[in-house]
Amino acid sequence: MLVTLKSRMNPLSSTDEQLRILSARNGFPAFEEKLHGTGLAPLRATRITNFQVNVGKLCNQTCAHCHVDAGPDRREIMSRETAELCIRALEQTDIPTVDITGGAPELAPCFRYLVEESKKLGRHVMDRCNLTVLLVASQADLAEFLARHQVEIIASLPYFRAAQTDAQRGEGVFDKSIRALRLLNDLGYGRENSGLKLNLIYNPVGAFLPPKQEAIEQQFRRELAQKHGVAFNHLYTMTNMPISRFLEFLLNTNNYEGYMERLVNAFNTTAAAGVMCRTMISVGWNGTLYDCDFNQMLELPTGDGTPRHIRDFDAKQLHERVIVTNNHCYGCTAGAGSSCGGATI
Amino acid sequence: METYYHPPDLGKFAEMGKGNAALWEKFMSYYSAVFAEGALSEREKALIALGVAHAVQCPYCIDAYTQACLEKGSNVEEMTEAVHVACAIRGGASLVHGVQMRNVAAKLSM
Repeated sequence: MLVTLKSRMNPLSSTDEQLRILSARNGFPAFEEKLHGTGLAPLRATRITNFQVNVGKLCNQTCAHCHVDAGPDRREIMSRETAELCIRALEQTDIPTVDITGGAPELAPCFRYLVEESKKLGRHVMDRCNLTVLLVASQADLAEFLARHQVEIIASLPYFRAAQTDAQRGEGVFDKSIRALRLLNDLGYGRENSGLKLNLIYNPVGAFLPPKQEAIEQQFRRELAQKHGVAFNHLYTMTNMPISRFLEFLLNTNNYEGYMERLVNAFNTTAAAGVMCRTMISVGWNGTLYDCDFNQMLELPTGDGTPRHIRDFDAKQLHERVIVTNNHCYGCTAGAGSSCGGATI
Repeated sequence: METYYHPPDLGKFAEMGKGNAALWEKFMSYYSAVFAEGALSEREKALIALGVAHAVQCPYCIDAYTQACLEKGSNVEEMTEAVHVACAIRGGASLVHGVQMRNVAAKLSM
């Protein structure tokens, strides 16, 4: 099993080091410069429709592409007090969606509290699930909990074959993922008219861009149905971001320059206009506010003059804030675009 | 070590337009149309291109279409089969000319 950058005391566990590498650029224009030619600069939020909460870096897996550097050794977990501040902030707004991520968010003690309280407020709740967590002994009732609260599950499955999935997520993860998907299907997830949404996330298993979302969704649907009897609603593609463990992979395999060149050359203005940070606010495990989970992992909080902590949450100030950008943002603007909800065009 | 092929040269393909812009534009327009989704999917076309790249042994095409196949959702197992298709056709093309050999041998022999 891969170990976290932090436990290895790898220099890349420092966000300063990651930002130094990303800023070095090696001949491509800075993201801010690229935006200036599009009429989108400075990039601003439009209206927050997604309240994304990262409840911590604890995870039962250590995926090779992880931008969080999540793993079983991480102890950064959201406290109950901070989770309560999240609910207090939500109460003051009409933000329709609460999107809970991590690590493996279900392992955080405050996870079920956030689900229950968000549902009481009438919000749509999403769980970013790694699937194998559903099979962890302490989480034996998790699938049923999620179904009971009609939580939308966004599950990571990088490919419909074991070789590729296990290469990215660890040995045996594909087989466990299929078992977890069957468990979810048995509860009604992914079945037509059940109201229980099960969507998959595809991440490329390497230094290349995702395929067209519709095309890869068709492949997944056919393969998972025919070979494993598994059904799902939709598949979303996400580009790997040059952050944390994926950045380590790029550097160790001499793919960094080529990958950044690919991202920069595939810059798409339409994708840039639809980036997820414009309609999202990201809350860190300690309550710090960010424009998105990627900025969170690079420790780039919300911009000057905007609330920086959940206790100071002010939707009016945040709805049209200026977004903090850096060169990792090329990941979300390449090709068909990338976001937590898949391609943006 | 000196070599005829340099991987960074693939990125300079568009410089061929500097010699004749009109012909380059016509070629790129046709090329884009060929690889667009049609009766065959983009993924199927990329796999065919990969096979052809191995048949003609173009290192630029092998580089470009390996990446393209992965970016169209293909995988090393499919791509390996495509290479074997190229091998089978090239090998078969030699083998079937053996019929010519047999014809000549039959004419000359008692």
